[in-house]
Amino acid sequence: MKRFAAFRELGTVVLIVLAMVVAGIREPRFFKPESLSNILLYAPLLIVVGIGQMMVIVTRGIDVSVGSMVGISAMTVGMLFKAQPHMPLPLGVGVGILAGLLLGSLNGVLIAGVRIPPIIVTLGGLSAYRGLLFFICQGHQIDANFVPDGLTYWSQAGPITIAGLTISWVFCIAIAGALAAAWFLQRTRAGRDIYVLGSNPEAARLRGVPVRRTTFSVYAITGALCGLAGALYLSRYGVVNPGSAGKGMELVVIAAVVIGGTNVAGGSGSVLGVVLGCLLLGTISNALAVAGIDENWQQLTYGIIILVAVVVDTATKRALAKRLEAA
Amino acid sequence: MVSAKGLRMSFAGVEVLKGVDVDLFPGEVHAIVGENGAGKSTVAKLIGGVYQPVAGQISISGAPTQIGSPRQAIQLGVALIHQEPLTFPDLEVSENVFAGYQPSRGVRGVDWKAMRQEAGQILGRLGSRVKPTDRVANLSIADQQMVELAAALSHNAKVFLLDETTASLTPKEVEELFVIVRKLREDGCALAFVSHRLEEVFSIADRITVLRDGEQVATLIPNETSPEEIVRLMVGRDHSDLGLAPRSYQAQEPVLEVKGLSRGSKFHDVSFQLRRGEILGLGGMVGAGRTEVCEAIFGIARPTGGQVLFDAKPVTIRKPADAIRLGIGLVPEDRQHNGLFMPMQIKENTSSVGLAGFARASWVDRGREGKTATEYATRLRTKLRSVLQPVKELSGGNQQKVVLSKWLLTKPKVLILDEPTRGVDIGAKAEIHMLIRELVEQGMSILIVSSDLPELLGLSDRILVMRQGRIAAEFKGVEADAESVMRAATGQAA
Repeated sequence: MKRFAAFRELGTVVLIVLAMVVAGIREPRFFKPESLSNILLYAPLLIVVGIGQMMVIVTRGIDVSVGSMVGISAMTVGMLFKAQPHMPLPLGVGVGILAGLLLGSLNGVLIAGVRIPPIIVTLGGLSAYRGLLFFICQGHQIDANFVPDGLTYWSQAGPITIAGLTISWVFCIAIAGALAAAWFLQRTRAGRDIYVLGSNPEAARLRGVPVRRTTFSVYAITGALCGLAGALYLSRYGVVNPGSAGKGMELVVIAAVVIGGTNVAGGSGSVLGVVLGCLLLGTISNALAVAGIDENWQQLTYGIIILVAVVVDTATKRALAKRLEAA
Repeated sequence: MVSAKGLRMSFAGVEVLKGVDVDLFPGEVHAIVGENGAGKSTVAKLIGGVYQPVAGQISISGAPTQIGSPRQAIQLGVALIHQEPLTFPDLEVSENVFAGYQPSRGVRGVDWKAMRQEAGQILGRLGSRVKPTDRVANLSIADQQMVELAAALSHNAKVFLLDETTASLTPKEVEELFVIVRKLREDGCALAFVSHRLEEVFSIADRITVLRDGEQVATLIPNETSPEEIVRLMVGRDHSDLGLAPRSYQAQEPVLEVKGLSRGSKFHDVSFQLRRGEILGLGGMVGAGRTEVCEAIFGIARPTGGQVLFDAKPVTIRKPADAIRLGIGLVPEDRQHNGLFMPMQIKENTSSVGLAGFARASWVDRGREGKTATEYATRLRTKLRSVLQPVKELSGGNQQKVVLSKWLLTKPKVLILDEPTRGVDIGAKAEIHMLIRELVEQGMSILIVSSDLPELLGLSDRILVMRQGRIAAEFKGVEADAESVMRAATGQAA
């Protein structure tokens, strides 16, 4: 399985390179720094949310409420800065994370505590949290002039610039989050319990692994990460529209997680895979945009890539299993 | 080290243990034997904390203890090893050993190096070839059990409950396991060995407890007894209580013939003929491959070798629909999951296989469907309020009658019954027996798998006994007695 994971990650890298080469041949402008930096701006939001989604899917669950949680968090942070323009940035971001954590915890309580299936709870959350968002802002959007310059700066500048391509602060934040998540999943008992639970829930229970606490934690973590993503959303876009902020994000995030090699049946998935999956989707989205291809094609392409990824996964795993049985 | 007194247990009102005393002493292997359903595994699961007894007292090292959960059992040093290992296939061996208890050091977190090292040491002590970094999904069942044993040792377990641990192992793997069992015994551990393979029991046990129908029949020392005596104690009842008159069967032409049928490690070289109007019994212990043979004939799992002949013509049955078309029906072992659509109406269940017969250009004639379902319910004396009731509201026996009606409706030539009276009350059981007799009188052929010896002996015109995937013996119905069937099933030469 370890070899399989490495194979999957390498496969995603190959696809990213392939997509870049095809796009570059069709439209040389694709390799301009302005164009490439779009990928690095597109990916961070997906990475942050995708890490949580991956943990959820590893435990055999699903969270389709992420888009609405991102929307509410972005709105909360935006309204806060509108009311208190001089509030320190970290405090604002912290409040966003807290808002997400609250919603995610509610998901967690309903799933781990009341034992309602994850798809039902989060489908409810998808629509209820969006409704709550309209209620909070009374239908008004947050305009760019209320977003602090400091926050917008996170998306426009960064610590490193290579050949005119700036690695933005938001990208750095996402990568830092990914490193922290990788450490958590690899090095803490709570993190390992997520894989233990996803690999065999019944055996986990008999071993005395805290099944409910672990289940709750993945949804709470996902909520908090959506909160962070909400703040990054504000930085990236500068406006928060209650109808569109984070809308449809759940599908793209799940796509990235699955393309990154997370087993849809639970038990395995890696942070590196998620990051690569997000970069691949960012590359494709940007390639299509640069080539001037209609946005509807983007949806279709994502769909095809997800199906291909899952088919390839299933086929390789079946081939591996057959070889093992023969051995 | 462990002393259980007066253990009682019931599931859904059915008493499965009626006061059993078991003592496990350090440095001793205590075998618990009995027929299928005698309550052997329940004893292990009570001591292992999986279930809580209805009555009785378990003491560990002299202190009365309540074992409320598997985790508590682990903390008390009691390890339960299951027939199917409970491992984490996606994770590596070392983590399987330590799952839930990974060594963790402050900010450095889980110490993988220490974990692999320790797992390697424990596996080395067990004499296992498994490497700590191997993925468990790639291991054989025997190696996965090693991983479970290693996990138990990592918690310093002193009491090992081996619940049918050898059932899915090859003879060589069993020998390797026994080397470890002997070593644990020398180290002063107390072991319980639940099994129905008597040759294994006699090669390893220091003490044998025989259970029958949830009652403790005897506890014996191997030197003072014999396999024959144990078999007698396991069976211990005459089979006249079925109340069926013996019948003489005049051999007719074969309807279904199986030649050298094999499927991987499940069963090998199974050959038999089922004749017109015959009841052929298939006996043996759980895991002997009986259900697998039935499933292969019915097209649920494809055999890897061999041939099936129907009406003397070779046939290929790739899927159940092929079998149904030929006129074969299967009443599966697990009727709740595989035999019925529980939330659906009785009439819908009755018509589900022969639905085409009620359809006029794809439209189902609901009226005729209901009338037919009522007809069959009357014929089989199914107790119901209305055929519109969901099946799940019926008792086990009446549910089974619905499964039977469903097949009778298709007028099969061959009906395969896998444990048809399990979980069925005595009244309905007798009615099902009568029905089976009636059906063969009308020319149907029946292959019946049953772990209920009196039923097998009382009904069958001929009995095949399977053991470890092969046909071990064949008996004429009148010649067979419980002890010889049990001897064949447990591997004691007749």
